[in-house]
Amino acid sequence: MSTVEERKALVQEVLEAYPAKAKKSRSKHLNVTEENASDCGVKSNKKSVPGVMTTRGCAYAGAKGVVWGPVKDMIHLSHGPVGCGYYSWSGRRNYYVGTTGVDTFGTMQFTSDFQERDIVFGGDKKLTKLLKEVDELFPLSQGTTIESECPVGLIGDDIEAVAKKHAKETNKPVVPVRCEGFRGVSQSLGHHIANDTVRDWVLPKADEYRKLPEGFEPGPYDVNIIGDYNIGGDAWPSRRLLEAIGLRVICQFSGDGTFNEVVMTPLAKMNLIHCYRSMNYICRFMEEKYEIPWLEYNFFGPSQIAKSLRKIAAQFDETIQAKAEQVIAEHQERMDQIVEKYRSRLEGKEVMMMVGGLRPRHVIPAFEDLGMKVIGTGYEFGHGDDYKRTADYVGEGTVIYDDVSGFEFEELAKQMKPDLIAAGIKEKYVFQKMALPFRQMHSWDYSGPYHGYEGFEVFARDMDMAINNPTWGLVQAPWQD
Amino acid sequence: MTENTNPQVPENAGQPGKIQDHFELFQTDTYQDLFAYKRQFEGAHDPELITQTAEWTKTWEYREKNFEREALTINPAKACQPLGSLFVASGFEGTLPYSHGSQGCVAYFRTHLTRNYKEPFQAVSSSMTEDAAVFGGLNNMKQGLQNSYELYKPKMIALCTTCMAEVIGDDIGSYVTTTKNEGMIPEDLPVPAAHTPSFVGSHITGYDNMLVSILKTLTKDKKAEATNGKFNFNLGFDPYVGNIREMKRILGLFGIDYTILSDNSDTFDSPNTGEFKMYNGLTTLEEAGDSINAEGTFFFQKYTTPKTQELITKEWDQKTYNFRPFGIKGTDEFLMALSAITGKAIPQELQDERGRAVDAMTDSQAWIHGKRVALYGDPDHVFGITQFLLEMGAEPVHIVVTNSNPDFEAELREVLTNSPYGQEATIWGKKDLWHLRSLMFTEPVDLLIGNSYGKYLWRDTKTPLVRIGYPIFDRHHMHRYATLGYQGAINQFNWIVNTILDELDRQTNIPAKTDISFDLIR
Repeated sequence: MSTVEERKALVQEVLEAYPAKAKKSRSKHLNVTEENASDCGVKSNKKSVPGVMTTRGCAYAGAKGVVWGPVKDMIHLSHGPVGCGYYSWSGRRNYYVGTTGVDTFGTMQFTSDFQERDIVFGGDKKLTKLLKEVDELFPLSQGTTIESECPVGLIGDDIEAVAKKHAKETNKPVVPVRCEGFRGVSQSLGHHIANDTVRDWVLPKADEYRKLPEGFEPGPYDVNIIGDYNIGGDAWPSRRLLEAIGLRVICQFSGDGTFNEVVMTPLAKMNLIHCYRSMNYICRFMEEKYEIPWLEYNFFGPSQIAKSLRKIAAQFDETIQAKAEQVIAEHQERMDQIVEKYRSRLEGKEVMMMVGGLRPRHVIPAFEDLGMKVIGTGYEFGHGDDYKRTADYVGEGTVIYDDVSGFEFEELAKQMKPDLIAAGIKEKYVFQKMALPFRQMHSWDYSGPYHGYEGFEVFARDMDMAINNPTWGLVQAPWQD
Repeated sequence: MTENTNPQVPENAGQPGKIQDHFELFQTDTYQDLFAYKRQFEGAHDPELITQTAEWTKTWEYREKNFEREALTINPAKACQPLGSLFVASGFEGTLPYSHGSQGCVAYFRTHLTRNYKEPFQAVSSSMTEDAAVFGGLNNMKQGLQNSYELYKPKMIALCTTCMAEVIGDDIGSYVTTTKNEGMIPEDLPVPAAHTPSFVGSHITGYDNMLVSILKTLTKDKKAEATNGKFNFNLGFDPYVGNIREMKRILGLFGIDYTILSDNSDTFDSPNTGEFKMYNGLTTLEEAGDSINAEGTFFFQKYTTPKTQELITKEWDQKTYNFRPFGIKGTDEFLMALSAITGKAIPQELQDERGRAVDAMTDSQAWIHGKRVALYGDPDHVFGITQFLLEMGAEPVHIVVTNSNPDFEAELREVLTNSPYGQEATIWGKKDLWHLRSLMFTEPVDLLIGNSYGKYLWRDTKTPLVRIGYPIFDRHHMHRYATLGYQGAINQFNWIVNTILDELDRQTNIPAKTDISFDLIR
């Protein structure tokens, strides 16, 4: 049997464990890529099957944890009971520069800590009072976003009215975000909802809110970095590269971003988007409304960095193009050294990945730069357009799993025996107990950055550390066969 | 406008083998310049104003404003109910924790527990979405129970609710019955179901609610004529797996037959054998069912488990006991009572350990006597640490308990009042860690005891932090140690005194300035 056939049989075997109805649903989310396929051939962005142990989170996680949370000089209120804010408190390593508790608030948790009476009588009065308390205690905050949790949407609170009133009274932005956890099927709708609040509550008043840098004149090279959340500092090497080729980054949305940067966005000539899944909505809107074009790029690994820099530079003039070539050339020797050092240790190693909405495709070339091969990949919350894009990245025989269940992932890994699994914290220790090397691909396992040239060095080092970790050799006791 | 710095390759480039990750990279001039350049786009405040405001947050004036808060909670030291439910359920044999409601919650619970223990934590959800909000979650639960049973083959499914299911009023008890009646899961599969709304109580409440439901389910029709001669022990929401193991060792030394309700020590610390084992709960369903016939039940966290204790006292008609075997006196009281109740003498080995623990404490006591301490955490957790501090002559000053209750406060206040070292203490019930920040700036202390979230207070106030509590995300392996019994006293004391000594070194390490007191021998 060919690899494709073998793996198709394996997928069928895994599906056998499900009851009929679940099997039918799940079978549409698993596939094996065939030669020259233009798509991965899986359904996506559908409801998770109950009880199978999905890895997905909720709309709140997407809106608060991903899109709005990293905007560092605003207060992001987890509106509802205490848990959502507690569990997501400082969980995502969105690095930022600032004095926490004074002019920035990223690693703090703000909650309305709903009690039974708030459920019974509604939480709007509490919210009104709470917003005043925020202003009193944090005068340097640049605004507030209200991320509503499940109960808020079920009890009929009107957070929009409260937000509008308070914003009017204080002349500071207050953004209500209807990201109750039951909305949609994953984090993904939360991204969309949060994007929509930028469209509806922020951009219409951008001119009024904007504080221009002294002597600022819009220029031909002004760009926004969109959809880089600065995990372990990712956005900074990216910004460095863009500035090194002569562009002027006027906004990072949202990693290490500020409210002012959000309202700077309409002044840019181009939106450069890294995480397409979570931020394409606002890019599309800005294209329509302000005629700002957008371009996807990939700053994982030297091959894609060079390709992306050239693609970006091609949108501008020859000065930029020349500088891009210069920047690529400047890094070549160092990258060659890194690849030479690590490739010998990683050549031919096989990887299975499962991450959120971007990395399951974007990181593949970085592994390939190190001589590694991705044999399985899938998204927690990707959509059809993500899988379409993924087809360009994966080779024949790659197993594709959408919204993979714990059971499926374990069974596939047991049979496919990869040398490395790259997924999230919930999966990490399952596979490490199987003595399978693992790296977290959401948080970079507390390392990073992984974006840009400097990031690739760290990436290479980390993958080597995981795979060639000497403790794997200790798992089997010497007296066992 | 400052001109674009056209940032150059950071300094490390070209040095083979030298890779800079976030710790070093962003300290290089290249990135420091990049941050400075970026700042002009940020609409940032004047640095002078930021400094002034930062200083203002340290004042009494700010403290007063901060304590006037009625609606806003900042950095609370509590989680929500289902976390405790999953935690207790996972200690039972073959048990799959199941969270009925939206699916995001269970992703958070699993993440939180996993980050603390660096262990897998498996739990499932009903994955309810908008249609379930309208029509109820019955269909989700039926499918969820069937799928999880078929895939993961649990011996018990321990079901709790999220706030979504509670607000829409899902009747979980009858849903489980319906699922069974329709043959989707076996009739005899135990499926305890607990209401655990996040807008009531905290994670300790959820622990209690789930345990009541599990015990009711498993002990149904199990009441026998005679007792089984065993004693039950419940440690509450105690994050230290070392405590369960230490407890079992102590009971082994006594020769007492026991059941731990619930024993999740292997759940959160399983061996790496190269094979992933999904279920590691050590309390068998049979033992748990038979716990109704025990001679009595010991509770170590009375404010975590009031409902469970009531069930066992009233419905099971069993004797229950409350002890806090933490520190020397707390352990003494427990061991004496255990000896009196069981009629077995206190083993010599434990008596020797006591002597060693007291000896060790005496050796280091001078470094901690009179130290002012701030601490926070769950009621019983804080109670145990406070007692221990008092017996070492340390002075608790700020005691913050976000998930407090009046009975707890009254009981702890009495202990503080009766100790010469407790006179400076205030119990700050229902307050959070932002309140504590104000307290620590206006009335400084020498030491802070709390979980990892305390590191922000450490950074801001420069007060050394001893990590005891849950969660501890930024230090490894703490949960493997015992804090219970005489051994636990030594462990806690070790952490405390060596934190103080480390801090002294940090304060005395500037050559020709502070290093006069940089002593080799302390």
